Amino acid sequence: MSALSIVAAALQVVVVLVGAPFVVGGMRQVRARLEGRAGGGVGQPWRDLRKQFRKQQVTPRGTTIVFALAPAVAAGTTLLIAAILPIFALGSPLDPVADLFGVVGLLFLGTVALTLAGLDTGTAFGGMGSSREITIAALVEPTILLAVFALSIPGQSANLSAIVSATLDDPGQVLSLGSVLAFVALVIVIIAETGRLPVDNPSTHLELTMIHEAMVLEYSGPKLALIEWASGMRLTVLLAMLANLFLPWGIAGADPSLLAVLLGAVAIAVKVAVLAGALAAAEVFIAKLRYFRVPELLAGSFLLALLAVTASYFLATPTQ
Amino acid sequence: MSLATYTGVLDLAAGAFLLAAVLIVWRRELRSIVHLLAWQGAALAAIPLTEGLYQRDPGPVIVGLVVLVLRAGVLPVLLLRAVGTADNERRESTPLVNTTSSLLITAALTVLAYAVTRPIIALNPTPATRAVPAAFAVILIAVFVMVSRRRALSQAVGFLVLDNGITATAFLITGGVPLIVELGASLDVLFAVFVLGLLTGHMRRAFGGTDLDQLRELRD
Repeated sequence: MSALSIVAAALQVVVVLVGAPFVVGGMRQVRARLEGRAGGGVGQPWRDLRKQFRKQQVTPRGTTIVFALAPAVAAGTTLLIAAILPIFALGSPLDPVADLFGVVGLLFLGTVALTLAGLDTGTAFGGMGSSREITIAALVEPTILLAVFALSIPGQSANLSAIVSATLDDPGQVLSLGSVLAFVALVIVIIAETGRLPVDNPSTHLELTMIHEAMVLEYSGPKLALIEWASGMRLTVLLAMLANLFLPWGIAGADPSLLAVLLGAVAIAVKVAVLAGALAAAEVFIAKLRYFRVPELLAGSFLLALLAVTASYFLATPTQ
Repeated sequence: MSLATYTGVLDLAAGAFLLAAVLIVWRRELRSIVHLLAWQGAALAAIPLTEGLYQRDPGPVIVGLVVLVLRAGVLPVLLLRAVGTADNERRESTPLVNTTSSLLITAALTVLAYAVTRPIIALNPTPATRAVPAAFAVILIAVFVMVSRRRALSQAVGFLVLDNGITATAFLITGGVPLIVELGASLDVLFAVFVLGLLTGHMRRAFGGTDLDQLRELRD
């Protein structure tokens, strides 16, 4: 491990911190333009965050430390994931201690913290939002674990750098059936986990349909800003993970030069921008799924992940 | 064609074949079910075509072309003509098993297929026999579609998927069926679809719908 890999990991965290609101802003802008509106501009989420951070902190009466700490836990776990993932360069200093299962665990830790905070307020909306969020999270988890399992078969390891370098060594396997199915399953899971259409609509506050927004309804001021920032970072980090697991080209090696790290940064910025733009453009054409039909979608993605495992395990390995 | 390309294309065809069956379970629109059936027919045809090109044998190639024309072209077109234009005929009515459970049952059936075909693969582990579980899973899924759907047309689709699965298993295990056998089987299926199409049309004219649940009582 060289000093530059540590620099690359630190750079990843900083770029995710700064870039996440721009990703969210870009997605809103794409959506606005496609709907024929002018839109608030790519920098609008940053302006919103600045406004929220200047406001006074209001804490609802009767809430405990769970409510106070949840935004910090959500943001902290996401930043830790940003440090672990091979975003700019392979071989981050945290890479040997955390594999893909660890990343999934950290992701759910953030979700559970927010769910508990929603329950902690004791209001009807908070409880309803938490109940829905945890239902979806429980259905997402088997899919995400199976998809991870399918992805770790070619590299013979669940370590993220090992998976990415296995794809770099053998580019043909990206088009294999197991890989394609795992990609589709992971896309559905990421959409569900970040609360985008068609599972949840991030731009509505309608009582009957909101999931994530209902859960964080009692937050205001700096804490609300932190939660919104964290959910933007989570989306960015997951898109970056998706991009590098399936299209790792451009990423710097385990012992990079400064130029390679910068090249990796540019490559991943382009990949995330394209993915986010495609996601936002697709969202224009779909309506939110009825909440009771979400399990259908997630059962479908579970089946796709299972087929991915069977395809990459049974077809690829010779039977003894 | 190298061995690696052959294995890759064969696995992709078998996987697409299984995926089409899974999507048929998932979807409710009769038209998209028939389109998926056409895709499945194309994936099925790819299996003998690949084998023929790999072994430089014209027999499987001709069989593959016959399969392609019949199962990706003729049969779906015949079924599409049988799909009614009325609103209540465009979608599958509420199935006996809801979609979430059907998908989970499909997952269980796939794993079952992999479990029961292990001895077959162990007999002669070639790239073709390793893809047999996918074809076998399609047979099981097709039986499930036939018992859990209510519309006459989706049951006909289930029957055709079942036949696709049996044909794919034959292709993968024997490494090519004689042309005359394949022609006989194809002719059988073609006539079965003609008869089913006629029956569906008669049913719609006589009863105004093809929901088989309403056909339990005899009247004079």
